[in-house]
Amino acid sequence: MAKVFEAADASNLMTELRMSFDAGVTRGYEWRVSQLKKLLVICDNHEPEIVSALHDDLGKPELESSVYEVALLRNSIKLALKQLKNWMAPDKAKTSLTTFPASAEIVSEPLGVVLVISAWNYPFLLSIDPVIGAISAGNAVVLKPSELAPASSSLLAKLLEQYLDPSAVRVIEGAVTETTLLLEQKWDKIFYTGSSKIGRIIMMAAAKHLIPVVLELGGKSPVVIDSDTNLKITVKRIIAGKWGCNNGQACISPDYILTTKEYAPKVIDAMKQELEAFYGKNPMESKDMSRIVNSNHFDRLSKILEEKEVSDKIVYGGQKNRDNLKIAPTILLDVPLDSLIMSEEIFGPLLPILTLNNLEECFDVIRSRPKPLAAYLFTQNQKLKERFAMTVSAGGIVVNDIAVHLSLPTLPFGGVGESGMGSYHGKFSFDAFSHKKAVLYKSFIGDAAIRYPPYSRGKLRLLKALVNSNLVEVFKVLLGLS
Amino acid sequence: MEEIVDQSLREMRETFASGRTRSVKWRKTQLEAIIEMVKDNEDKMCDVLFQDLGKHSTEAFRDELGFVMRSATTALNCLDKWVVPKKSDLPLLFYPSTGKVISEPYGTVLVLSSWNFPISLSLDPMIGAISAGNTVLLKASELSPNASAFLAKTIPSYLDNKAIKVIEGGPDVATILLKHQWDKIFFTGSPKIGKIIMAAAAEHLTPVTLELGGKCPTIVDHHSVSKDMKIEMLKPMIRSFFGENPKESGCLSRIVTKKHFQRLARLLNDPGVQASIVYGGSMDEEKLYIEPTILLDPPLDSEIMNEEIFGPILPIITLRDIQESIGFIKSKPKPLAIYAFTKDENLKTRILSETSSGSVTFNDVMIQYMCDALPFGGVGESGIGRYHGKYSFECFSHEKAIMEGSLAMDLEARYPPWNSFKLTFLRLAFREAYFKLVLFMLGLKK
Repeated sequence: MAKVFEAADASNLMTELRMSFDAGVTRGYEWRVSQLKKLLVICDNHEPEIVSALHDDLGKPELESSVYEVALLRNSIKLALKQLKNWMAPDKAKTSLTTFPASAEIVSEPLGVVLVISAWNYPFLLSIDPVIGAISAGNAVVLKPSELAPASSSLLAKLLEQYLDPSAVRVIEGAVTETTLLLEQKWDKIFYTGSSKIGRIIMMAAAKHLIPVVLELGGKSPVVIDSDTNLKITVKRIIAGKWGCNNGQACISPDYILTTKEYAPKVIDAMKQELEAFYGKNPMESKDMSRIVNSNHFDRLSKILEEKEVSDKIVYGGQKNRDNLKIAPTILLDVPLDSLIMSEEIFGPLLPILTLNNLEECFDVIRSRPKPLAAYLFTQNQKLKERFAMTVSAGGIVVNDIAVHLSLPTLPFGGVGESGMGSYHGKFSFDAFSHKKAVLYKSFIGDAAIRYPPYSRGKLRLLKALVNSNLVEVFKVLLGLS
Repeated sequence: MEEIVDQSLREMRETFASGRTRSVKWRKTQLEAIIEMVKDNEDKMCDVLFQDLGKHSTEAFRDELGFVMRSATTALNCLDKWVVPKKSDLPLLFYPSTGKVISEPYGTVLVLSSWNFPISLSLDPMIGAISAGNTVLLKASELSPNASAFLAKTIPSYLDNKAIKVIEGGPDVATILLKHQWDKIFFTGSPKIGKIIMAAAAEHLTPVTLELGGKCPTIVDHHSVSKDMKIEMLKPMIRSFFGENPKESGCLSRIVTKKHFQRLARLLNDPGVQASIVYGGSMDEEKLYIEPTILLDPPLDSEIMNEEIFGPILPIITLRDIQESIGFIKSKPKPLAIYAFTKDENLKTRILSETSSGSVTFNDVMIQYMCDALPFGGVGESGIGRYHGKYSFECFSHEKAIMEGSLAMDLEARYPPWNSFKLTFLRLAFREAYFKLVLFMLGLKK
């Protein structure tokens, strides 16, 4: 029977971790490497248990668990192990005549004791990936996994307790009560993955102690399909990116499609064809898709599907089974813009297609909505690609593919506006959990009298010349020629 | 006022949506105009700074006018470089996909500046916002009313006033501004107000940069700096800077307002603190003047040792061993800067690795502010985010990742229905075990 987590527990937890941090436990290269290596052992030795927990919590197919959670984590750890020395090294900064003679550098230092709150849809990836960042940067870290994926949460607690240094890395399981208690503490950084609604609550709590935050939120990620695209590949990628990634329950899931009235029927036909190739004639029986996470979300999705003026727009799918929490891949055509399905992030297996008279109109449609985490475009038109990349504001833009940018450690992954703030992956994770401290080394020689009062015209002229890095003027003043 | 704010926001958003501020040419024109504005109005600016703060024109130039011109010049010179997308390397598996990161303006941003450097703390963040292609609204501090009025009156005649606006006012105006949704808020001021700003920003998920303050310690290691150093040496130095009568020297800014004067007087009038005065201590409420004052070992639990002083009083705390300074600093909130005068390499290393602060400067003070290759910002209670130089540009930009895949090549293993072949393929592919992958494809490996 798990002990109840109370206010005193939260504050003791903080005290303990702060003591470890202050004692320097987490700062050394060796400690960080040892923890990262242990995380690698978890990935290598416990994959079957992880796959099983994900199947319990989400009905997630083995391939998705193995590839999109464990394999991605393995890569993330290996990259950190390989690059850590580089990442930890100070960066030299250039100095100028104004501060001469001096040398300057930027030193990465851990923030201290950090909190990672993760989500239920990719419970291992979204818990451990930020933790990798926190540890590589030398912090002590508390992880609070989502209670909506209980088997994963409990496995994470068990494995991290078993393998990692408990004086500096801890897992606290729980829901709103525990999270609220944790949020009252004075963390040095909070990293949150989840909804915009809770993101606001997190930032508000962080404001009380001036805690910097990374908020990885979501939004309605649009997919624009141009008629000059390779339709078969386009449709396959959309399907794999939506229903093949936790059945649409992902932050960068294609949320809705924008295409021309003319082209839409071709898109729908191609989608029907490929959906059948992927999931068979009876997709409710397919084992290759996650189920809906719980009955709350099932009911939410049912509601938006059954809304008047929406339910009659279904052109494919629509079947539901509350007993096994399944909703078939469903495509809708031209739902009203003010319907529920077009007002909130769908986070499920429903895909509305909105038709436009002219593809150009997609820019206004996207711009009239909150900034999403991702925006997708399928086209061969170079000019359209450039215009899209430059003018559509989203966390990230992907042309001619779906979701893959998540697996690239060399691109920052994060939102903007309603879809979040801050970013991570690869070195960006290390940076997210570091303070970049500016260090200036000045010499005692070369002290300039002009710096000091009493102020005079001559000093002012010299100062002006120095500020403007105007070497010639400096000499002129010094030689009394100005 | 509500209507003015609504209308201003509407206009700025329309201007941003039109795309005008995104052109590098527009940004450079605005930056050039800022330089022109400062050059044309040097005397007027020194004048308002003298009126608001009693600031001498040399300080005004060094810390405000000259600083702003340099900042705008740097931005002008570097802008072409800063706007170039950064290419990212992608793993072989993703060939022929490409990746890059584009710096995109946030949109319409709010700059709230402070009274102590009212020109530079207003214009410098604006330079960042403009170079990054945003529209920007400035509210300067009402505690420097002449500077605020000058900016409100002069900026519209030099800069694009549909994109760059100035509003005057105090906390009531700030409250109205903070109710609205901004794409970024940049605030310079106290931690107390910083918390209010961040809480207001949280309602709209607005990212913030908060340049706050703290108690910046200066470690003086007399073993390595000067074996004969005594407090006595400070006195003639102060006299040489400010003369026998600092009040009349004209080189010392005055205290900004009566309220701040009374705050400082209260700190100084604490009996334990009074007893520790070794130099100065005289005050003139009418002239808002406090003499440069040195304290020696005031009580550590006095108010003056627990809040940011922000005035001409300098406590000196003596320790048996200079190494104790590390523990002393760590017992207090993280400051914006730590200064240390020492040649002891061991002490330098300890300071760097055991304390945390926005920045550390060895053997000088304040100068890190001038070095625009270094990020300027706090940590913990001293702030969130940073700026100066290219960091100003980044401060007001969203780093947007762009990835482009190819429609020419496709991997069947990416698509359901899943089977063990695809699983093994993807496992090998993710490990970048390309050789094994080839063997697998050829049926030569299980």
